[in-house]
Amino acid sequence: MLKVKNIRKHFGNVEVLKGVNLEIKPGEILVVVGKSGGGKTTFLRCVNALEHCDEGDIEINGKTLCKDGKYIDKKHLRELRKDIGLVFQNFNLFPHMSVLENLIEAPQKVLGMSKEEAIKKAEETLGFLGLLDKKANYPFQLSGGQKQRVAIGRALVLEPKIMCFDEPTSALDPSLTGEVANLIKSLSSKGMSMMIITHDMDFAKRVADRIVSMKEGQLQDGLIFKEDVQSAVS
Amino acid sequence: MGYILGLMPQLLEACIVTLEVFIIVLILSIPLGVAVALGRKSKVAIIRKILELYVLIMRGTPLLLQIVIIFFGLPIAGITFDRFTAGIIAFTLNYTAYFGEIFRSGINSIDEGQYEGSEVLGLTPSNTFFRIILPQAIKRVIPPVANEITTLLKDTSLVYVLGLDELLKIAKMASNRDVTLVPLLLAAVIYLVIIGILSKVLQNIEKKYEYYS
Repeated sequence: MLKVKNIRKHFGNVEVLKGVNLEIKPGEILVVVGKSGGGKTTFLRCVNALEHCDEGDIEINGKTLCKDGKYIDKKHLRELRKDIGLVFQNFNLFPHMSVLENLIEAPQKVLGMSKEEAIKKAEETLGFLGLLDKKANYPFQLSGGQKQRVAIGRALVLEPKIMCFDEPTSALDPSLTGEVANLIKSLSSKGMSMMIITHDMDFAKRVADRIVSMKEGQLQDGLIFKEDVQSAVS
Repeated sequence: MGYILGLMPQLLEACIVTLEVFIIVLILSIPLGVAVALGRKSKVAIIRKILELYVLIMRGTPLLLQIVIIFFGLPIAGITFDRFTAGIIAFTLNYTAYFGEIFRSGINSIDEGQYEGSEVLGLTPSNTFFRIILPQAIKRVIPPVANEITTLLKDTSLVYVLGLDELLKIAKMASNRDVTLVPLLLAAVIYLVIIGILSKVLQNIEKKYEYYS
């Protein structure tokens, strides 16, 4: 579903990614753990084309996103974005739009759905996420956990093949992390692949089908960090 | 009292000129201001430089001088406008520059995350701007825009230099003719009433945007 081959990225003189390789299978939940500053967020941003890597290949759902560090053009990129969704650490919801409006914007503008279709789809998704009663609310009226589910819903209505999560537990009450883990698992059981970036070891173990560790700009199989990396993170 | 009632028709007629200039300039300069704000963020360096120079000139010279140059100066180069049009052009050019700066600051104040959030959903740059960024920027710039709008109403008195019979000019003429300050005081009251109404309207617009924070 996602194939990453030998990507490298540097900022100034600092090489952040030193040849990262990764493959995620359909329906697989892959968790990338690592200390902050270890390059895991940069890696996620390269995969989502928010940052361009310098070298290497990225393939999403069999389609090339970047080859030898050269990304596809904007038009093709917008097409490819339908296959990959991203839930940001701080969600980046649209504050001036209600929950429902946040969800129907992209289906109408990107997939060309009619407003009625988009609303129907969005309400289904909100129902699945247990947020239907919040559809008329605005993001500032929601709790952190609710905002996150809206952000998940906003990505979900586009029916991506792979979803990425950047630190999904960082803005949550610890008691809610189990809920997110269950939600992510239920999505993957429908065949959606997941790539999760986190420093929360317990969460990683709880949700992952497979864990890889980001250390000094490279990925290693398994959980290589002995102590809880969360304590090493500010 | 009879004197005041006798003056009112002239003053109110002059008021129409004032309001015409005000409304037309407002309708033109606000959207043009958004365009200038966008242009100043353009990837094309030459567009940025030209607009930077334009804003410098418009903010760096008196509006009165700009009106005079457009009406009396441009005909030397073979470009002529009637008085009213010249006034509208000068005011629009001037106010577009100020609105442009206000909108630019509003647009710049929107978090980068809003662009990235739009980007990963696959929204086009134009959808991102008009649906996501601009509506949020507008909320933030309402107070400074309201400032400019009230200043514009008072600045319209400068079109006297073109010989247009606007409110303050007519009041001043009556004041000179009748050797009394009453017409000027009346003009002041009229300005105040219009701005009072405008302030209320602008407050309501601001309230309308309070549905989210």
